[in-house]
Amino acid sequence: MQFGVFSVGDVTIDPTTGRAPSEAERIESMTRIALKAEEVGLDVFATGEHHNPPFVVSSPTTHLGYIAAKTERLLLSTSTTLITTNDPVKIAEDYAFLQHLSGGRVDLMMGRGNTGPVYPWFGKDIRDGIKLAVENYHLLRTLWREPVVNWQGRFRTPLQGYTSTPAPLDGTPPFVWHGSIRSTEIAEQAAYYGDGFFHNHIFWNSEHTEQMVRLYRRRFEHYGHGAADQAIVGLGGQVFMADTEAEAKRFFRPYFDNAPVYGHGPSLEDFSTMTPLTVGTPEQVIERTLGFADYAGDYQRQLFLVDHAGLPTEVVLEQLEILGREVVPVLRAEFERRRPAHVPSDPPTHASLVAAGPDSPHHLVEPARASLVEEGVTRPSRDRARA
Amino acid sequence: MTRRLVVVTAGLTVPSSTRLLAEQLAEAVTAQVTARGEGLEVEVIEVRELAAELASYMTSGGIPTPALVRVREQVSSADGLVAVTPVFNAGYSGLFKMFFDALDPDALTGMPVLIGATAGTARHQLVLDHAMRPLFAYLRAAVVPTAVFAATEDFGSHGLSDRIARAAAELAAALLAQDGYAVGGFAPDLAARPRRTAGTAVDEDVTPFADLLHGHAGTD
Repeated sequence: MQFGVFSVGDVTIDPTTGRAPSEAERIESMTRIALKAEEVGLDVFATGEHHNPPFVVSSPTTHLGYIAAKTERLLLSTSTTLITTNDPVKIAEDYAFLQHLSGGRVDLMMGRGNTGPVYPWFGKDIRDGIKLAVENYHLLRTLWREPVVNWQGRFRTPLQGYTSTPAPLDGTPPFVWHGSIRSTEIAEQAAYYGDGFFHNHIFWNSEHTEQMVRLYRRRFEHYGHGAADQAIVGLGGQVFMADTEAEAKRFFRPYFDNAPVYGHGPSLEDFSTMTPLTVGTPEQVIERTLGFADYAGDYQRQLFLVDHAGLPTEVVLEQLEILGREVVPVLRAEFERRRPAHVPSDPPTHASLVAAGPDSPHHLVEPARASLVEEGVTRPSRDRARA
Repeated sequence: MTRRLVVVTAGLTVPSSTRLLAEQLAEAVTAQVTARGEGLEVEVIEVRELAAELASYMTSGGIPTPALVRVREQVSSADGLVAVTPVFNAGYSGLFKMFFDALDPDALTGMPVLIGATAGTARHQLVLDHAMRPLFAYLRAAVVPTAVFAATEDFGSHGLSDRIARAAAELAAALLAQDGYAVGGFAPDLAARPRRTAGTAVDEDVTPFADLLHGHAGTD
C-alpha cells in the first residue's frame, strides 16, 4: 500500500501570528515537505493545481521535475491535474517528459476544478465540466497510446497526423486516477478505463465516500477489469498529531477555526465526527485510518493533508516525522494483515505496468470495450461510428 | 392509508406566533383529511433547533450533519408540507431560507405545499405571494392557491380561521389526489411521477460511460 501527502498549495495567513508566507516561501515549503516525505519513508507526494490566488501551484510539472531531481524513490503525483481547462495535448507532453526525468516515478489524478471564474480564462465553461473531463481525458489516453493521432472533438482544435513527444517512458503511459467528491460520472469514467478512483474524503461524511467508492467498484467489475474489491481506490485523510489528544487540539484549534473551506463554521469536535479529520495521538490516527477500509474496502493509496490552514512549515515537517516513523509503519502492517490475497496492495506503478508488457490492457485506449466485445455486449466504437 | 404531513416552522421565540399558526394549519389539514376517511401523521420541524447545524452546513462547503440528513429525508419522503415563517425586513426570515437552501433542488418536486407567514402588521402580507410563492415555485413544489397570513390583529378573528380552513381544504385535496397518479394512461406520465429526492444518497443509477463518451471520442 502507498502512503503519502497531498497539498492544495494555498497561501494562508498563520492565524497565530497574522503573517502569510510569501509565494517563494510557500513554494519552498512544499518542496521541503516533498523531500521530507521521502526522507521519512512515505511513498507519494501529490501537488494540487490552481490558477488563481491564494494558490501558488500553477505549474505542477515544473515543481515535480525539481523535486524529482532531488529525490530517489518518491512517487510524484497530482491532486488534481485540471483535465477541463488544461489542453490535453500539453498534459500528454508535460507528464511524459516528467516520466523521463523521474525514471517513471509519476502518476496523475484528474480533476475538474470547481471555481467557475477560472474556466473562461482558459476559454472554457464550467457548465461543460463533465463533458470536458470526458473528451479531454479520452484524447489524453489516445495521445499516450497511439503513435499518430487524427482527432476531432468539440473543445479543442482538431489534430491531423499529430505525434505527442516525448512518447511515454518505455512506451508505457503513467497510471491515472480520477478524483471526484460528488460526481458519479467521474467514478463511472474511472471504472470504464480501469483507472484508479480517488475520493478526497476529507470534506464529506464517510457514508458519502462509502457510496461513491462502492459505485466505482461495482462499475469497475462491470467493465471487466477484475472483481469489485480489486478496483484501485485512494482516499484522502486529514490529521494533526501530538503526544496527547488535548495538546494536539490545543495547538491545532486556531488553525482549524480559521481554515479556508470550513473555518468559522463547525467546531473541531463536530467536524471530526462528520469527516475523517483526526486531531489526537498517533495511536488515534492509526485506529481511525484503519477504519477507512471498513467502509471503503481494502484500498491502495492513502494521502494525508498536513500542510494547510497556515500551519508553519516546521510544524508540518514534524507532523511528517510522526507520520513516517510512528504511524505509517503500523498502518502498512495492519492494512496488509487484513487484505485478502487477491486484492492488490499497491496501485499499478511504472515498473509493474512495464512488466505487464505491451499487450496488457493498460495499453488500450478503451480496455473495457475489448472485454465487453468478448461478451457480445457491444461493438468497437469505430464500427459504431461507421454504422 | 396514513399520509405524512411535515410542518416546517421558523419562529424564533417560545411561544411563537409562527408556531401557533403552523399548528392551526396542521390541525385544520388533519381535520380535512380525516373528514375524508383518511389518516394523517403530522411531524413538526422547528427550524430554530437546526440553526447551528444549518450554519455548519453552510460554512463547511455543504457537509450535512447527521441531523440534517435525517430532516432532509423526512421532508422529501412526506406527502405534503406546511411551511410557515415570520416576516423579517419585508421577507421570509434568513433562517427559514437557510433551511430550504440546505435541501436538495429536487427535494420538494411536485409536493403539495401550504405556505403561511406571521408579522406584527398586515402590511407585510404580500411576502406570501412576492417572496414565498416564488421560492417554492423555483423548487417545483405545488403550492396551493390559498396562502395564510396572520398579523397580530388576526389571531382570534373569524377571517383567519376561515382562511385557514380554506387553505387546509386545498392542501388536503392535493394530498389525497396524489393517489390518482397511480392510474396511468397508455404511456408513462412523467409529470405524474415527479422526481423527488432528499439528495442524501449517491444516485446508483449512473449514466453508462458509452453515453457520456458519445460525440466526444474524437472519431465520430
